[in-house]
Amino acid sequence: MQTRKLNVYVGKRCLLKDLEWQVQAGECWCVIGRNGAGKSTLLRTLAGLRPIDAGQVQMHGKDIAGWPLAELARERSFLSQGRVDAFAYTAIETVLSARHPYHDSRYWESGEDIALAHAALQELDVADLADRDVRSLSGGERQRVAIAALLAQDAGVMLLDEPANALDLAHQISVMQLFARLCHERQKAVVMVSHDLNMAYRIATHALLIMSDGQWQAGPAAEVMTAERLSLCLGHPIEMFRHGTQTVFLPQN
Amino acid sequence: MPTVSATAVPISAQARASGRAVSVLSILAVLSVASIVIACLVGSISLSSGELFNALLEILHGKPSTLAATLLELRLGRALSGFVVGATLALTGVLMQALLRNPLAEPYVLGISGGASVGALATILFLGAAWMVDLAAFAGAIAVALLLFGLAYRDLRGSGSSEGNAPLLLLTGVIIASGCGALVSLMLSIAPDSRMRGMVFWMIGDLSTTQPRYLPWIILVGVLAFSISMARAINIAAMHADNASTLGIKVGSLRQAMFFCSALLTASAVSSAGSIGFVGLIMPHACRFAWGPDHRLLIPAASLAGGSFLVLADTLARSVLAPQQLPVGVITAMIGVPVFLLQLHQLRRR
Repeated sequence: MQTRKLNVYVGKRCLLKDLEWQVQAGECWCVIGRNGAGKSTLLRTLAGLRPIDAGQVQMHGKDIAGWPLAELARERSFLSQGRVDAFAYTAIETVLSARHPYHDSRYWESGEDIALAHAALQELDVADLADRDVRSLSGGERQRVAIAALLAQDAGVMLLDEPANALDLAHQISVMQLFARLCHERQKAVVMVSHDLNMAYRIATHALLIMSDGQWQAGPAAEVMTAERLSLCLGHPIEMFRHGTQTVFLPQN
Repeated sequence: MPTVSATAVPISAQARASGRAVSVLSILAVLSVASIVIACLVGSISLSSGELFNALLEILHGKPSTLAATLLELRLGRALSGFVVGATLALTGVLMQALLRNPLAEPYVLGISGGASVGALATILFLGAAWMVDLAAFAGAIAVALLLFGLAYRDLRGSGSSEGNAPLLLLTGVIIASGCGALVSLMLSIAPDSRMRGMVFWMIGDLSTTQPRYLPWIILVGVLAFSISMARAINIAAMHADNASTLGIKVGSLRQAMFFCSALLTASAVSSAGSIGFVGLIMPHACRFAWGPDHRLLIPAASLAGGSFLVLADTLARSVLAPQQLPVGVITAMIGVPVFLLQLHQLRRR
């Protein structure tokens, strides 16, 4: 997936100017920026949920607007930041809905879809919630069910808006490791918005910093995620420490 | 993708889902036929099943001469129009609730029926031509639908709000509905007494005067077939709102299709029987409560259940105080309100 001279505007304000960016299979990108810097807006633009203000977003070298929606849905998936459940669908039904792009003209899901959906729930440690009404789940449980749906969609590029939202520490780590594994072993590409620099640094191979004035910096995580650049990007002085094999970012007092 | 072991496959879960749908729908189909038979048997003069059978033969031979045959002809016609109106209202309720992603939506919430009332009452008041009333009601409903479409196009385009609750459409509809309500009150207040009765009766909603007609059936069957074919997409749009487009759904055109289907159904129901309340709200709810929110089953199930419900309610309406007839809307409300409240309370206690 790539962008060419992509400009992202909200109202008259330019959030991103001339973004030239390429996401390759097996890469895990972390998008970092302040509130309102345009992280979610960029993700929604990439997912085709917003009209493109100027420039191009391409998948396999072809503009996303030129793709049939169902085919595109098999290439990229999107996890939104929040969701409102209006009806009492069960968790397994919401996961099965992610198999829609593969159904073509069938009316009911196949046994294979159902097996995939159960396996995805298993992977996220929520198999026992399969028949629960999604409206009765806790925030973290609902988020894991949503991630399970994303797995079931099985797209090459995964666009994730704060995937670790509402998860407890143990699940944050296991979910992040899951995404890292998907990139590494199954050659998926992940683009995630995250506010947790330490977690991002552990699993991201690349990072995209969005400055507030339309500027941006993209590149391998080790090059882009330096204390100096992050301080500039996030508008607060940040220090970087090494602790054993881990790298830790701490805000200065 | 997590690996799938073949042993973990739930045994033909697909067959289970479709099998369940078939059994639920066959039970409802039997119930529908039963409700129509009951409606033919019961009334100020009861018929026995033997008389019913003979009368049916007479009608089929094209010369209804006995009292029983005449009664059957009247009652069957009324039951059939009750069924089509009930099914239409319930289907509209399902579609509106999915369109607005709001389980409290019902066919009359968007003011489309208000438009029908304004059209019908204006015709009764100013022209007094009975044959034009249904036509005017239909035209009024469609006019309001087009107005709504223009005003709330942003919500129907499918890339407005990220939550996708279609608030603009809902609010615009509610405001147009109250505007229509004001026009209706105005017309009622200036109407001469001679016209008043007809206007009030039209408003209450009644199946007694409806002639057998084909158009409501054509609209019902057409929209039903279309919405069943779209049921999977409707599910995804109801679950994911605008984000459904990342799963390959053309959200905008789906919403527009659902909007026009609902408008057409509302217009058809209101112009054939006036405003009969509660069927469009209660039946989708009851069916969702019983069999879950999956529209692949919900759409046909609610239609059948809504049809049977209205036929039975109408039978009650004309037999409780026979020979006097109550407006069927009164009966649906008297059954609907307590059932709905009970359901809500049980839901809360879970």
